[in-house]
Amino acid sequence: MNIPAKNDSPLADISASQSLVRDQVEFILETAKRLGASAAEVSVSQDVGLSVTARMGELETVEFNQDRGFGVTVYVDDRKGVSSTSDISSEAVTDTVKAALNIAKYTQGDPCSGLADADKLATDIPELDVFHPWEINAKDATKLALDCESQAMGMDKRINNSDGATLASHQSCRAYGNSNGFLGSYLSSRHSLAIAVIATDAAGMQKDYWYTVSRRAEDLENAQDVGQEAARRAVARLGSRSFAPGRMPVLFSPQMSTGLIGSLLSALAGGALYRNMSFLTESMGTKVAQQDLSIVEYPLLQRAMGSAGFDGDGVATSSKAFIKNGIVNSYILSTYSARRLSLESTGNAGGVHNVSIEGALSSLSKLLKQMGTGVMVTQLMGQGVNAVTGDYSRGASGFWIENGEIAYPIENFTIASNLKDMFLGVAGLGTDVDLRGNIRSGSILVDEMTVATG
Amino acid sequence: MSTTGESLSDLVLAAQEQLWVPAELRQSDIEKLLGGLLSSNIDLGELYFQASRNEFWSLEDGIVRDAGFSTDRGVGVRAVSGEKTGFAYADDIMLPALTQATQAAKSITRQGQDKSVCVLRARGQIARYSAEDPIRSLDEAQKVDLLMRVEQEARRQDPRVEEVTVRLSASHDTCLIVATDGTLAGDVRPLVRLDVSVIVAQKGRKERGSSGGGGRFSLDWFEQEQRCMEFAREAVRIALVNLEAVDAPAGNMPVVLGAGWPGVLLHEAVGHGLEGDFNRKGSSAFSGKMGEQVASSLCTVVDNGTMENRRGSLSVDDEGEPTQCTTLIENGILTGYLFDKLNARLMNVASTGNGRRESYAHLPMPRMTNTYMLAGESDQEEIIASVDKGLYAVNFGGGQVDITSGQFVFSATEAYLIENGKVTAPVKGATIIGNGPEVMTRISMVGNDLKLDQGVGVCGKDGQSVPVGVGQPTLKIDEVVVGGTAA
Repeated sequence: MNIPAKNDSPLADISASQSLVRDQVEFILETAKRLGASAAEVSVSQDVGLSVTARMGELETVEFNQDRGFGVTVYVDDRKGVSSTSDISSEAVTDTVKAALNIAKYTQGDPCSGLADADKLATDIPELDVFHPWEINAKDATKLALDCESQAMGMDKRINNSDGATLASHQSCRAYGNSNGFLGSYLSSRHSLAIAVIATDAAGMQKDYWYTVSRRAEDLENAQDVGQEAARRAVARLGSRSFAPGRMPVLFSPQMSTGLIGSLLSALAGGALYRNMSFLTESMGTKVAQQDLSIVEYPLLQRAMGSAGFDGDGVATSSKAFIKNGIVNSYILSTYSARRLSLESTGNAGGVHNVSIEGALSSLSKLLKQMGTGVMVTQLMGQGVNAVTGDYSRGASGFWIENGEIAYPIENFTIASNLKDMFLGVAGLGTDVDLRGNIRSGSILVDEMTVATG
Repeated sequence: MSTTGESLSDLVLAAQEQLWVPAELRQSDIEKLLGGLLSSNIDLGELYFQASRNEFWSLEDGIVRDAGFSTDRGVGVRAVSGEKTGFAYADDIMLPALTQATQAAKSITRQGQDKSVCVLRARGQIARYSAEDPIRSLDEAQKVDLLMRVEQEARRQDPRVEEVTVRLSASHDTCLIVATDGTLAGDVRPLVRLDVSVIVAQKGRKERGSSGGGGRFSLDWFEQEQRCMEFAREAVRIALVNLEAVDAPAGNMPVVLGAGWPGVLLHEAVGHGLEGDFNRKGSSAFSGKMGEQVASSLCTVVDNGTMENRRGSLSVDDEGEPTQCTTLIENGILTGYLFDKLNARLMNVASTGNGRRESYAHLPMPRMTNTYMLAGESDQEEIIASVDKGLYAVNFGGGQVDITSGQFVFSATEAYLIENGKVTAPVKGATIIGNGPEVMTRISMVGNDLKLDQGVGVCGKDGQSVPVGVGQPTLKIDEVVVGGTAA
């Protein structure tokens, strides 16, 4: 994308904040120690942003964001207290630390709690190239949003309404430190352009959306292309027809596949495992997915949306496979959950970083041929994923596939199975990888699920 | 600018004391800021001051390991001109920060002429709940003790209980709203909540059950009538039911929804589709249907923000408008939408007191408060007896709607088969999917047992969460798609 930048932008580069934020971490740690904490950890953040929405050819909303705040966790022996505030005055620091210490008088001791061991803390924090401030002003942001929307509206006569196009640009400065001597900080930026439009025919309205997001404005998709894709998707949903329900193959679009992988990862997360709230407890080394399938994280990718050099405990991140050739290879652990499970932290306090699904990839047309007849799911709704049992039952819309071709749009149906069966039954992975999010996947073909419809 | 009208309500005074006094802000400073907004040809300029305090205590593995306290304060400045909105906020309630935010918000308009004069009027306000701070209603040791007793009660129910987590939270939120339309309103909002979740296991099978409740009152409420113990027993009961559950059926069938929390149906199938912003923009499946039959004639649905002490209630909304009881559907006819100030003005109607925002850092929009269907005439047993083969769903995990197509989904966490007019085996993993306007016309029986939920509802819209209530009597939908795994 062409990037207009002006010196009248409200988004002045916040890199100067970094040393200030680091000083604040040290000050808060000192305060905690002085007031009686035996150990403490602190995170301080500062964010600025601009978000502009245009709708039906006019500017609709201009929002300026400016957030800051800090959170402190204090330990008094093995008791813990947490407190946070948006106020960073030294008076507020004292009050907030005192509030955390007060809580720690009443919480009960837990031998697993406490800071990460000093030898696990990240020492060299790699440069990840995730900070590219974009000094765009509201006027130019509006122009990009309008361009995007007018492309969408002009694509097809049936696109006759819009939810608007939003251009947003944010910068963030975060620092984390603890009384074991760790202090890390990073600056990051996030720019996005998103649009949702409505297509209408005699049967009613259908809405769909598209977006582009990146660390660097130059890497955003062209505003016109984003608009056109949203329009193409909304129009494709018109004219839905009924189909025969039953047990059949289900193809998850790349956008829906990332959610499916997210459900599996939630079940491998330490918190779910030690609480016994996962269908994958004690699954290490067992087969949980089809043998070609691996799920791997790459925390140190340059300029990626999920990159991080250290986790929420200050522990160094590293590349690793959670699932390797269908076998559970690593859980997703923070310092605390690792101690609960008598394991080592995997550097995942706060979540996963740049997850990819790997295996033998096929083109979408090949996957469609392979499935023959079934449903392709492009939208999923509802909370019907039970992490404890793996039971999966969600509302869906998408396309009916016949003889390996997209036949027509379908809606108002459900797909149901169990996550265990679904991952063991993965019959194909697509080359159509969506690189935008923290989880990157192409289409996933599941051999069989129960599809219900009216 | 000056303040006139009746004497300031206690709520406004309490809010001023908390939000203006520490910053040494005087009425004249606020008048100047609003005057600056008025000078820019805008339809509405507004300052939303807020201070909130939150606390939680949580128990797992038999110990209260985690607890936290947080505070947040700031001011959101909004300038509205036609359909355009400029918005900025500051997390300092201090004059320089306020002035800067005001300049940013009004950047959407051209500068106008002379400053206009604006008169702030505090209207009489009816408080729907006590202003007392619920965080202080129990001391720390009492909170820890409450969690421990709830856990023990859950474990005592059954040896198959393996894990118990309990979480107690309380917040105290003060807001003060001033606007160029003369609004001067304040509110002090308590909110508490208790959640109990258990895992039970038997022969290698695990199931979860959860329960909880809350509202706008002090933490004592949980101790009254043994409510907290009841939540513990209820969570275990649901988990044990699920331990025996068979696969849910799949396909079109009659569904009976229980009273209370299943009112999520109305929230998803109807409520969101009737929010004023979607209807002004024509993006809702209910757009342009005012006065038309959109549900069976047995259905009357209201949104009522005035209910005493309810989780979804507000004395005034986040734009300073008094809340009200709005009839959305009366005997099946669409009679009302939910409005905030902006959408009301653009559609030439009055706000219904449904302008809500997550915090000072978010823009207000039309949102529900407590949404429920009024009682009908059928007995619950009569409704179940009328079904040959279908589903009886009594608890739900939550729902979601695509307001444009009208398609909605909600997922049962406790449901049973109905066979020959009798409730039989429990089923697991049932999802119900339908088209809102279609499903509402298929409601063929409405019970006389209206019940509101226990007070744990959270509604998300455009990334903003607000507390809400739902409710309904037992009701029967003649035909709707159930998505289970059993063929």
